[in-house]
Amino acid sequence: MTAIDTIPNLDRKKPLRPSQVVGRIALYATLIVLALFVLMPLAVIILNSVRFNDDILRESFIGWPTRLTLENWGVAWGEACINASCTGVKPYFWASILMVVPATVISTAIGLINGFALTKWKMPFAGFIFVAITIGVFLPPQVVLLPWAIALGWLGLSKSLVGLSLVHIIQGTCFTTLFCRNYLINLPDDLIKAARIDGAGFFRTFWKIVVPLSPPIIIVTIIWQFTFIWNEFLFAITFSSSDFRPITAALMSLNANDTGVSEYGFGSAAVLIAAIPPLVIYFLGGRYFVRGLTQGAVK
Amino acid sequence: MSETVTIPSFAPRPKSRAARLSQLVPIAVLLPTMVATGIYIFVFVLWNIYLSVTNSSILPVYDFAGFDAYTRLWRNPRWTTGVWNLALFGVLYIVLSTVVGIFLAILMDQKVKGENLLRSIFLYPIAISFVVTGTTWQWILNPSTGLQSFVRNLGWESFEFSLITDRDTAIYAVVIAGIWHASGFVMVMVLAALRGVDTDMVKAGQIDGASMAKIYRRIILPTIWPVLISVFIILLQFAIKTFDLVLALTHGGPGISTTFPAMFVYDRLFAAGELAQGAAAAVWMLIGLVVLFLPILALNWVIRRQKGAVK
Repeated sequence: MTAIDTIPNLDRKKPLRPSQVVGRIALYATLIVLALFVLMPLAVIILNSVRFNDDILRESFIGWPTRLTLENWGVAWGEACINASCTGVKPYFWASILMVVPATVISTAIGLINGFALTKWKMPFAGFIFVAITIGVFLPPQVVLLPWAIALGWLGLSKSLVGLSLVHIIQGTCFTTLFCRNYLINLPDDLIKAARIDGAGFFRTFWKIVVPLSPPIIIVTIIWQFTFIWNEFLFAITFSSSDFRPITAALMSLNANDTGVSEYGFGSAAVLIAAIPPLVIYFLGGRYFVRGLTQGAVK
Repeated sequence: MSETVTIPSFAPRPKSRAARLSQLVPIAVLLPTMVATGIYIFVFVLWNIYLSVTNSSILPVYDFAGFDAYTRLWRNPRWTTGVWNLALFGVLYIVLSTVVGIFLAILMDQKVKGENLLRSIFLYPIAISFVVTGTTWQWILNPSTGLQSFVRNLGWESFEFSLITDRDTAIYAVVIAGIWHASGFVMVMVLAALRGVDTDMVKAGQIDGASMAKIYRRIILPTIWPVLISVFIILLQFAIKTFDLVLALTHGGPGISTTFPAMFVYDRLFAAGELAQGAAAAVWMLIGLVVLFLPILALNWVIRRQKGAVK
């Protein structure tokens, strides 16, 4: 889709009438005000992360820094107390990375090869499999929470990195398979046939034909899996313990503890540390992020 | 697809038993997913349903005990309040996010300079977790630290903005955070659909002297229906799963005024030691989702049939 920048050609360049000039001004004013409103929460916590907590408490949570400090970032990263262990968010950040990276890579790889098998090979029950996978995408996680907890206990994986990653891989595979299927179904069958006539088997065709043509969908899938798993909270809180806890679960404990003192300064820095990885991915891969959103729906 | 592909040439191989065996490879590749997804979707859901009709309390037991957990559920104010909150929040969140999103998309469709920058700004909340969203908005909406004290410090001493601390209005704080999170997403979806509208039809309408409002209503809205349905489905499942957003924003309070069904399920399963009741509540969530989904999917199917195979 290259239609992103083609605009309905309603009026060719003509000098604007005064009423139109007013309209344009109103248009931009509205957009700018709304954009500022959307940016406001992010701006507020960025500013608070470099303000002194005393200043925040004395002035307001919303305010311009009168003095600057970087101390909040250090405290949030390495010293802040979460559930009585004063390690900052550092171990939870790395726990999230250890969980998200393998789960994203594995579920994307499985999704791609599944999509290939589902679209380019005669498969018994292909329609049924497709429906089952779609259900998997929409199933409310609460319905499988208790069975997961019991099953992970049986496997000896309860509240562990491997257990939580397994949950994300299995749940994520429904999503990635659906995405990759919708992309690969538009790949010309002739390419696959030609390779098969040349004697290439399943894996060779996959590796030599499908993978080189799939970077767009691979990037979209990785971006969405990474963002989703990083931000996920319900499984993260249910299947983690003090030994292993993703950052979303730790953040909730950090900002929910009732010590009486409100530590907005390093609290803001901790919130930003948790938000930075998906935001970086969002701003780097924005084009693909949007494509992932619209592709699933327009098809 | 404009990419040109050079097909690597492969040495021809004689047909053999190995070649025939290789036809089983794709099935073998899909098998692990089929097994895992089958367990995840069918076995786990049935297992949960079964646990909901047992006497399981702290530990699961497997003797059938009837639908006691289901009836007790509706006498529990935490559950009924949660269901009511979900209904109120769901309607407001979905309708208002969609209205704001469509409004933004229409503005963005007027040949705006800096479109890419504006789109990035409007969409970024969707990349942010509900925990971060809830925490940040809790700080902003908290009257003693946030917006209220900010405006009072500017000199407007009597300014009141304390939605979040009032039982009757705290749910609207959740709605505000939800709209902030979702409307950019709606905007991007609708904008992409608007760009797919037949411009000749629009021009024809303009030549015939139709007003812009009429063109939007008569020509553009019908063609973006499928996208609106997708948006609706996605927002609906966000709404039903609402958990971390409320937990970070209000923790279900003040009192239990902003409790949600998903919070009830979690509380019964992992805090109260009422496994059967938690499982029953989860089953109700599934029923709710299915009941709301089916008419939408049917509508979607009808629209697609009418338009003639949109794929």
